[in-house]
Amino acid sequence: MNNNISPRLLEAKNEPLWYFNKNSLIIIGVVILSLFLFPFTSPSKFAIHLMMMIFMHAVMAQSWNVLAGFSGQISLGHAIFFGIGAYASAYFYVKLHITPWIGILAGIGISGFVAMLIGIPILRLKGHYFAIATLLIGISFQVVFQRWPEVGSSSGLWIPINRDSPWTSMQFHKSKVAYYYISLIFFVGSFFLVWLLNRSKLGYRLRAIRDQSDAASSLGIHVSKYKIIAFVISAMIMAPMGSIYAQYVLIVDPNNAFNVDISILVLLISVMGGVGNIWGPIIGSAILIPISEFSRIYFGGTGRSIDLIVYGVLIIIICIFRPAGIVSLIPRSFREREKAK
Amino acid sequence: MTSQVIIQALISGILMGLIYALIAAGLSLIFGLMEIVNFAHGDHLMISMFSAFWFWMLFGIDPIFSIPLTILLMAAIGVATHYFIIRKILNSTMLVQICATFGLAVVLRALAQLLFTPDFRTIKNPIIQGKFEILGIFIGKPQLYASLVCLIAFILLYFFVTRTEAGTALQATSQDRQAAEILGIPSNKMFALGWAIGLSCVAVAGSMLSNFYYVFPDVGVNFSLFAFVAVALGGFGSITGSLIAGIIIGIVESVGGLLIDPSFKLLYVFAVYLFVVIVRPQGIFGRY
Repeated sequence: MNNNISPRLLEAKNEPLWYFNKNSLIIIGVVILSLFLFPFTSPSKFAIHLMMMIFMHAVMAQSWNVLAGFSGQISLGHAIFFGIGAYASAYFYVKLHITPWIGILAGIGISGFVAMLIGIPILRLKGHYFAIATLLIGISFQVVFQRWPEVGSSSGLWIPINRDSPWTSMQFHKSKVAYYYISLIFFVGSFFLVWLLNRSKLGYRLRAIRDQSDAASSLGIHVSKYKIIAFVISAMIMAPMGSIYAQYVLIVDPNNAFNVDISILVLLISVMGGVGNIWGPIIGSAILIPISEFSRIYFGGTGRSIDLIVYGVLIIIICIFRPAGIVSLIPRSFREREKAK
Repeated sequence: MTSQVIIQALISGILMGLIYALIAAGLSLIFGLMEIVNFAHGDHLMISMFSAFWFWMLFGIDPIFSIPLTILLMAAIGVATHYFIIRKILNSTMLVQICATFGLAVVLRALAQLLFTPDFRTIKNPIIQGKFEILGIFIGKPQLYASLVCLIAFILLYFFVTRTEAGTALQATSQDRQAAEILGIPSNKMFALGWAIGLSCVAVAGSMLSNFYYVFPDVGVNFSLFAFVAVALGGFGSITGSLIAGIIIGIVESVGGLLIDPSFKLLYVFAVYLFVVIVRPQGIFGRY
């Protein structure tokens, strides 16, 4: 479509996969290092909690962004994979007495498998049909888990407190810093995973499908296969966040694990930041999550609805005036240089 | 289980189905006109139920008499929604359109929670109440009148769209926006009219529902899901399709709940959706 894009594509093709621009490498390195050192500045408990929530929501939005940004499909049921991750690690620990670390891996695997099962029939659907199908399937998961005795029905799974072996039980009661590092590692990991995906052959194929699915198909790209791959990757990024959340609050029930609000929140964060852009979910999360955490402090019980009002109004304003998200506010010359190099 | 019980479930299913049909017709009309799915449809229903509730609570106006007032309110909200939000995202990508109406839904629900609290409310002693019995089958009067009023509204809507000048202009715009504009039909006005009519349907359904249903901020969620299913089943943009689809959904919900397990009612309806979109994506009467 764009003639001016081809030299850049050629350039990108000759680069090794792990190519980083020197300047951006320095910036990213400094940011990551300072995030790792942040707990040593003895911040308040709330600051640790806030940062952790930002990381987790950034990863969740990144997961949604992989599907929307790479394959153009809009999911309104991403809480499914959050819930599966949460239930997997909790179930492994409570019922099978297996450490949550393995539970996280199991959650990732099960999520990927479920995503494949869901994806095969519904990824053929286009636009609104897919969005509504994911919305309905998401609610179906909640309804089923509310009535499934094996996973505790409506009351969910309560993870017993274990003070003796924090590492094997993945419970850190003395200090929340451990959760901070776990979520930070996933945050950095998902960032590089998406970066890699973005520059890999798979990423180019997925974007080709998103932009011109017929043209991609005529070039021999198996459209539905690659859409399913994108969906599975997206689900696998989402699942560990559910597990970490379960270990953090020590209770998993259908109403918090499969909450439709999670599905909506990841969509709002991504759209706020910028869909299809690796920085979008991070920027969106860094803006929206403090709003909700602070409104919870200042407005108490009714804070939940005040932060939702702010979210909703912000998202409508973004949709009307800046459909490309906040990322598009960053000067074009800067972004182009980043992309071209 | 006797046949009487099944007939009972069938009748209550059809009665609810007529209400779903009117809600879905509003959604379908808006989609057919500008290919935007109103994800805030359920929350517009919630607003009209609260409108009926507050007219009763503050002024003592019974829900059946406040229908015209609620219609006026909802039509105004529809025109405002079009003017302030939808008009500006008409040419945007589908993602932006979904997000804008979803954002609107989030705002409306949160506002209702903030202003009215999440309490469940009922209208006490409305004019239409009680039930009667025919051949051992009980029919609740509020449900019966609600479905009748919805059916009448549906017929009026149908005649409006097919027999009046404004209605045919509406159809022309929904078939081909550019061609209609060349013929001098202002599409922007037609869109505003579509929103006003779509939300008026919701106003009628909401007022009648408030006679026998709890009124609370999340009330619209399930209704909007059923409306999506009905619209997909009937075919996006088809008004007659949504009538039949609404009745089918009502029956699936109540008979499925009776025969299998009432706690999975929602899932049967969702299964209908998945079956339809995978097997016959254009719906029963759809043109897409």
